[in-house]
Order: sequence, then C-alpha cells, then structure tokens
Amino acid sequence: MNAIEVESLTKRFGKLTAVDAVSFTVPDGEVFGLLGPNGAGKTTLIRMLTTLTPPSGGAARVAGHDVVREPDAVRHSLGVIPQALTSDPELTAMENMLIHAKLFGVPGGERERLSRELLESVGLENFSDALVRTYSGGMRRRLEIARGLVHSPRILFLDEPTTGLDPVSRANVWEMIRKLQARTRLTILLTTHYMDEADKLCERIAIVDHGKLVALDTPARLKDSVPGTNIVEAEFEDAPANWMEELRGLPQVAEVTQRDILAHMASHDGPQTVAALMELARQRGVKVKTVTVQNTTLDDVFLHYTGRQLRDATRSGGPGFDISHLYK
Amino acid sequence: MKLYRIMAIIERDMRKFFRSPTLMVSSMVFPLMQLVVLGYAFGGKIQGVKVALVDEDRSSEARKVRELFAGIESGPKTFRTVEYGSVGDAVMDLRAGFVRAVVHIPADYSMRVYQKNRPRIAFVIDNTDNFMSSALQERVAQAVAQLNAPDVEPRLKRQIDLQVVEVYPYIEYVKYLLSGSITMSIFVVAMIGGGIVFIDDKARGLHEGYLVTPIHKTELVLGLSFAGALKGLMAGTVLAIIGGLIAGIPRIWDPVRLLYLLVVLAVASLAMLSFMFLVMVRVDDPLVPRAIFGVLNTLLFFPSGAIYPVEGFPWWLRWISAIDPFTYAVHALKNLLLKNTGFEGIYLDVLVLLGFSLIQISACIALFKRQL
Ligand SMILES: Nc1ncnc2c1ncn2[C@@H]1O[C@H](COP(=O)(O)OP(=O)(O)OP(=O)(O)O)[C@@H](O)[C@H]1O
Ligand SMILES: [Mg+2]
Repeated sequence: MNAIEVESLTKRFGKLTAVDAVSFTVPDGEVFGLLGPNGAGKTTLIRMLTTLTPPSGGAARVAGHDVVREPDAVRHSLGVIPQALTSDPELTAMENMLIHAKLFGVPGGERERLSRELLESVGLENFSDALVRTYSGGMRRRLEIARGLVHSPRILFLDEPTTGLDPVSRANVWEMIRKLQARTRLTILLTTHYMDEADKLCERIAIVDHGKLVALDTPARLKDSVPGTNIVEAEFEDAPANWMEELRGLPQVAEVTQRDILAHMASHDGPQTVAALMELARQRGVKVKTVTVQNTTLDDVFLHYTGRQLRDATRSGGPGFDISHLYK
Repeated sequence: MKLYRIMAIIERDMRKFFRSPTLMVSSMVFPLMQLVVLGYAFGGKIQGVKVALVDEDRSSEARKVRELFAGIESGPKTFRTVEYGSVGDAVMDLRAGFVRAVVHIPADYSMRVYQKNRPRIAFVIDNTDNFMSSALQERVAQAVAQLNAPDVEPRLKRQIDLQVVEVYPYIEYVKYLLSGSITMSIFVVAMIGGGIVFIDDKARGLHEGYLVTPIHKTELVLGLSFAGALKGLMAGTVLAIIGGLIAGIPRIWDPVRLLYLLVVLAVASLAMLSFMFLVMVRVDDPLVPRAIFGVLNTLLFFPSGAIYPVEGFPWWLRWISAIDPFTYAVHALKNLLLKNTGFEGIYLDVLVLLGFSLIQISACIALFKRQL
C-alpha cells in the first residue's frame, strides 16, 4: 500500500506558486527525501500533507485518507516534526511529551512508559525534568523528534531535522532515524538541503526547485543519471582561448562546464583524466593551480537538473529568503 | 469532542501558570495597588481648605456667624479661616489660588438682621474643583441654616422633615471600589493569560505543535477558555480575600457568601476571558494585545459602575456599560460584598455573564483558524 499519494498538488500564495503541480507516491515503509534549497516549497508541501495548510489545487492521500476531506483521520496516523521548534519552553521535556500523548489519546498506562523510552532513545533521559527553556538547540530538536513519535505514528514527517545541529548531533539524529526505521518500518518523509543527509538516509529522493519536482529516484540512480562517475575540477593560469575545447578532447571526459574560475569536468575515470590533463597542460604551457577529483555527489545531480549548485541556490537567497512565514 | 483533549490543554495552561509567577503577581499587584491608592485618594472627607473671611460688620450678629465657622474649624475641620481686611484682597488671593473661598459679611449685615430686611452673607467660591466646592458649599449652607433656625420652636410645625433611613452602615470609598478591583484582577489575568500569552505562543510557533495533533478547534477554544477562567477565578478569589481584609469588609469568611462569591467570580472570569479571546482570535501580531491593553481597560473598567454610578452616565456610556461584562460582575460583587444579599442579588448577573460567555465562546469557535 502507499503511505502517501500526491497528485499534482499545488499551493499558491497570491502570485507566487510555492508548490507547482507536484506528484509522487511513497510506498509503506520507505524513507523518502525532499531535497531543495531555501524557498523551494518543501515546508509548504509538508504543511499541505499534514493538513496545516489547504492546497490550492490537486489532491493528496496520506495513510489512505484525503487530506482535505478527512483531515482528522490523517492527523491520527501522522507524526509531524515541524521545521520551527514547537515544544513548550515553559514546560519540562516530560510534560511536553505527556501532554502531546494526551492530545493523541495515548492510554494513561502507556504514556509515561513510552515517553521515557523515547526520551531515552534521543539521549535526553537525564534532562527529562528540566525546563525546555534550558535546552540547547540540538537537545530541543531531539525532543521534537521524540515528541512526534509518542503516539506511534504510521508515517513520520520531518522538516529539516538536522538544520542548526553540530556534526555530532547530526550524526546522532541520522543514527536515530535509521534505527527507528529499521525497527518499526515506519514511513518517513523528510526534507533537507544537505546532500549528504539525503544520500545517507533516503531510499528515494525528490529534488524540488521553485516549487517544481525536477527529479525523483534512488540516490544511486540519480547519480548515474549524471554523466560520468567522477568530477574533476581544476583552476588554470594562462589558458588559451580554445582551452575548454581542448579539455573536452581529454580521455573519459563526458562533459565540461565553466563554473566561476573552475573548469568542471564530468569523467568516467577521474585519475586517467587527471593524468591526461596534466600532460596536456605541460604541452600547452598552461599552469594548473589546483585540481581535485571527487565521486559524483547529489550536488552534481542538483546542478545537472537545476543548472545551479545547491549551495549557491541556498546562499543566493532569492524568493526563499523571506522567512516571515515561519513565524505565522 | 473529547474531554481528555480539553483537559490536556487546561493542564498545559495551568502548569505554565504556576511555573511563571509573573502572571500571578501582576494580576494581584495592579488591582491591589489601585484599590489602596484610588480607594484612599477618592474616599477621604475634604478637610483643611483655606477660606478667607472678610468681616466688615464686626457687630455681635457678625460674631454669631464667626462662632459658627470656628465651630466647623474645630469640629469637622472642613476648612480653616484666614482674616482679610478687604474683599478685593481676598478675591485676588482666591484667583491666585491661596484661598479656595471667600466669606464676606457686609457692613450692613447686622442692621438688616435687626430690620428683618433680608440680611446677606456673600460666599465666593473657586469652583474649578467640583468635589471640594460642593463639600464647602454644603458645610456653609448647613451653618447658614442654623442661623436661620428660630430661637424658639413654634408650637405647630409646618415644615416638612425628610427622614433618611440608612439601610447599611456607612460605606467607605475603598469598600465601594473593592468590587471593581476584584474584577480588574480577572481582567488582568484575561488580558495577559488569555490575550498576550495566546498570541505570543502563536508567534513563537508553539501552536503548530498542537495543530498537528487531532485536536478540534472546539476543544482548543474550550480548553483555553476554561484554563483562563480557572486562572481568573483564582486571582479573583485571592483578591476578594486580601482586598476584603484591607477594606475591612465585615464577616469576610461567611461561608455562604464565599460560595456565592466563587460562583460570581467563576462566571465573570469565563465571560471576561472569552471576551478577550474573541477580540484576539484572529490577531497574529504580539504587539496588538499590548497596544490595546489600555484601551480595553478604560473601555471596560470605567463604564462598569466600579468607581462612579452608572446613573450618572450619558446615554452612549450607558450603552457601553450595558454590553460590558465588567458591569454585571461589579454589580453582583457589590451586592455580595456591601450588602451580603443572597442568591437573589446575583442570579440575574450570573445569567447575563453566562449568556455573554456562551455567545463569545461560540463566536470564537466559529472564527478560530485551525490551519496555519
Ligand atoms: N504563508 C505564506 N504566505 C506567503 N508566502 C509563503 C507562505 N509560506 C511560504 N511562502 C513562500 O512560499 C515559498 C516556499 O516556502 P517554503 O517554506 O515551503 O520553502 P522551504 O522549501 O521549506 O524553504 P526552507 O528550506 O527555507 O525551509 C517561499 O517563497 C515562501 O516565501
Ligand atoms: Mg522549510
């Protein structure tokens, strides 16, 4: 069965189309990633799927229920960890957990036990009676995750679960999600703008940009869809005018593009290409300032499908720079 | 609708309330301070006003007048007189604010008394301060009435006496004000606990955490309203007891009255909170409740009859007073605290407040946005 079915779902805010006719399905038990820069429409999409925002068009079924016609049934089967921190700072972690459990009608005998177990699994067992106000950002994020699980949901929505966390905490959260998923076969939909995160956690990834779904596949196949298996990037001095043409003639090179000062070469065999490159440069009297060889990453996939690098898209701001909606 | 979800919302609110003493303290301090300061500032008798006396007659008749004034000076002490040589000087000082009134006994006063030719005493008064001038005028009029009293009582009295029977012991202003202060404490709780905290939680994104649960908006509105009403009830009860002790309400611990008080405070809290909630239900900006705090305070407190009787209001203010939940709370509390009436003194107010609550809560539910 499919946990999530999305059918040309659209959301417009005035003139802006935040989510533009997006369609995909997520089968039961899959970890599905939405990858996109700021303002791509990830949060808006999650809010529509979790009944927090009405769609402007299209349809979506979550856990077998229509999000517009049967919002109640949808809410019962979901765990949602929103992008903003929503636990109550004036309550303790335990109180936050218990009240959330009560709102979901978790039976009295189990509330306490479940909450304790979950707080332990996110490593907060020693802070369960501390006010959330005293938590660090990472602790709070982990509490949000524990709280979203207190009613044993069938489907978990995680909106940027590791944004703002240090590398250790990020690794902890990944570990936690993996364990949880292995144990319960929970369906998870998570959003992120970290390539490595999507790569490590997700079975399938949908790349979204400007509200549109531009690619959807497993991380491996997405990488395969990009020409070459390695990326060679190099910076030159005194390059002749037809230098790019010459680079294209190198062995194993599938594609050459100029990115800022770097020549960006997709290659089927990085080391061989580099060796040939050095030789060519020596012959032509071109100085090689830097050269790097990497495996193809989702970064390159993103670049390939959107024409922009993810880190640039994120940095440049654009429509995604307005964060006022997070405070609504 | 599920009771356990309403209870969860109430529990959350109450835990937050007991955790942060700010709300509790501020809901007590402001009304108590108001009670003590306003209560004693307004309630006192006027005393020690400087009055100029110009006696151009200086006869034995004039001395009778002066003796009466001296009596007031040493008795009720409403004013003390200062002798002036001429009316001109006295009036000049009145205009300059050194004296508040001038009593002028003209040179022909005693002659007119003997001739029974309408003797006159002039009383020039600074009427910029209503309270003081009417207090002075009343005293002087009493004195003059004594001068007019015949030396020998006539055998057949034709004058009509008004016999005033005071049903209750004298009420000091601080007692009169107490009901308003109790209601004010409920207002502060509703304003801070119902308005400011509600919108701050919304702005901080905390609501999103509850909106993703299966809670219905009816449950959310009821939970928040009842939690707020409970807080108001607590604040109101504490204020009624502390304020009652300060103001010296007799037999404050009378259990039957306490029971009625609880009933009135509970419905007043519910009405006040749901009123505030209705005002704030669509507001997102945390500045709004802070900005309209003063407006609401003035619009609800002063027309309620808490500090001045409604009967003295112009028609438009009476209308405000009629739709102001404060009015009914103050009326019922006055009945209980000043007259210790039983249930018959409060049931109409209780019904009106319940009606208000019902309408306001229904409107809140209709207007509440379940989505972001
Ligand atoms: N309530 C709203 N009103 C108007 N515009 C909105 C609203 N919510 C979101 N938007 C706009 O819709 C677009 C998508 O926003 P969304 O929050 O879904 O992006 P996102 O992919 O989650 O970004 P981020 O990675 O920064 O969280 C943005 O341009 C945003 O400004
Ligand atoms: Mg987002």
